[in-house]
Amino acid sequence: MYTVRLWSVRHARGLASFYKGFEEALNRLHPLFSRIGYQRLERPVAAVERQVKGLLFDCKMCGRCVLSSTGMSCPMNCPKQLRNGPCGGVRANGNCEVKPEMRCVWVEAWRGAERMPGGLNAIQQLQPPVDRRLEGTSAWLRVVREKNGAPA
Amino acid sequence: MKFEDEPVPGYPLPILPGHTSPGRFERVLRAGAFAVTAELAPPDSADPEEVYKRARVFDGYVDAINATDGSGANCHMSSLAVCALLTRVGYAPVMQISCRDRNRIAIQGDILGGAAMGVCNVLCLTGDGVQAGDHPQAKPVFDLDSTSLLGIARGLREEHRFESGRKITFAPRVLLGAAENPNVSPVEHRAVRLAKKIAAGAQFVQTQYCYDIPLLRRFMTAVEDAGLLEQVFILIGVGPLRTAKTGEWMRKNVPGIHIPDSVIERIKGAKDQTREGLNLCVDLIQEVRTIKGVSGVHVMAYRQEEAVAEVIDRSGILAGRTPWFPGRDQQINEDRKLS
Repeated sequence: MYTVRLWSVRHARGLASFYKGFEEALNRLHPLFSRIGYQRLERPVAAVERQVKGLLFDCKMCGRCVLSSTGMSCPMNCPKQLRNGPCGGVRANGNCEVKPEMRCVWVEAWRGAERMPGGLNAIQQLQPPVDRRLEGTSAWLRVVREKNGAPA
Repeated sequence: MKFEDEPVPGYPLPILPGHTSPGRFERVLRAGAFAVTAELAPPDSADPEEVYKRARVFDGYVDAINATDGSGANCHMSSLAVCALLTRVGYAPVMQISCRDRNRIAIQGDILGGAAMGVCNVLCLTGDGVQAGDHPQAKPVFDLDSTSLLGIARGLREEHRFESGRKITFAPRVLLGAAENPNVSPVEHRAVRLAKKIAAGAQFVQTQYCYDIPLLRRFMTAVEDAGLLEQVFILIGVGPLRTAKTGEWMRKNVPGIHIPDSVIERIKGAKDQTREGLNLCVDLIQEVRTIKGVSGVHVMAYRQEEAVAEVIDRSGILAGRTPWFPGRDQQINEDRKLS
């Protein structure tokens, strides 16, 4: 939801800390996840993730979450799906070129980034092109799996 | 400036030490001359002569010609084809690639194809949204963004690999460019954004129109403070306004264009608005030239292309040099014979 999305950016710091704790908790669950099987967990976890992140960030389930590098403003809401910063068409009022009624997600991202615990470092990281095969899959599970070196 | 080995149309120049492309544009930039590029609007036509006609108006005044890629999301002849036509007769084109219409498979193929046709410069762009053009019903692609496109193009050139990792046998030797718009939000972070593009592979930058000199100066200071001036050649976007009304229309309807009221007022107050538009452009170029870190200007004179020569001439930025064009050296020899 648009208003919740803006709220999330305003509370980027709190959400980032919460996310960090959440990630650690998920990481501790890795043995359990492996026992159940990541494949079997994929669908239910992705469904929960879609609901939660959909509400908070208007998440599009790209499968490769970069919220921590974009001040908690989801770049997949950009009509051009830019992952590395704003385009040159941002309107004078800071709104989107394509959707004039929406704030530019990258103007929001910089605002959020200023509030992030790590400051403006993360937003300056280069993001690789999106792997479109991951769309609809759980980024949470992927992070845990990759961190623990489990096979994909 | 004249290089020993001026081009024979269709034959590549040798790559000088420290250069990445065999192109003249890179040579002019690295030699430290104040470079001039101009934008060619590709025709709505399949007639090659229309392309040559549009290129000829710049003869002797520009170091490279930008071939736009569906600019403003309007349909025209493709930038790849325009570039292929231009290189046939020896022009140095900048092939613009927008991420709006093609995915990474098509774009990487075009970079190889362009380089094979003699293209030495590629400008990586995101592209205007389809809503801005004549086909708002089209599907916007945006598989890549301009920054990741830069990274992929550099991978082709340096690693000799597609994004997939698959090897290519002969790398495209192209100078990579990026666009920047110092005028729009988030203004205070635009220099950082540019740093990201440079880290991804940008070697030169062509900006959006800069009519607001104080704003441009602030941007350039930020670029300098970020330590980027030594890493990139920056060409500032300029262009004449035909009338005050055109200016007002542009800033209202064209994405990313910022024209201060003072500029509009100046043109409005003139008896001959088109003339004043040209005067203003000359003034802007002369002012831009004094800004530290500016390597040249990029002239976008949409529907006023024939005025570019006069503007460049009056601004004096070429400082006596004549950029190469087909037939230049014959002309010089003939002039010598006559005198």
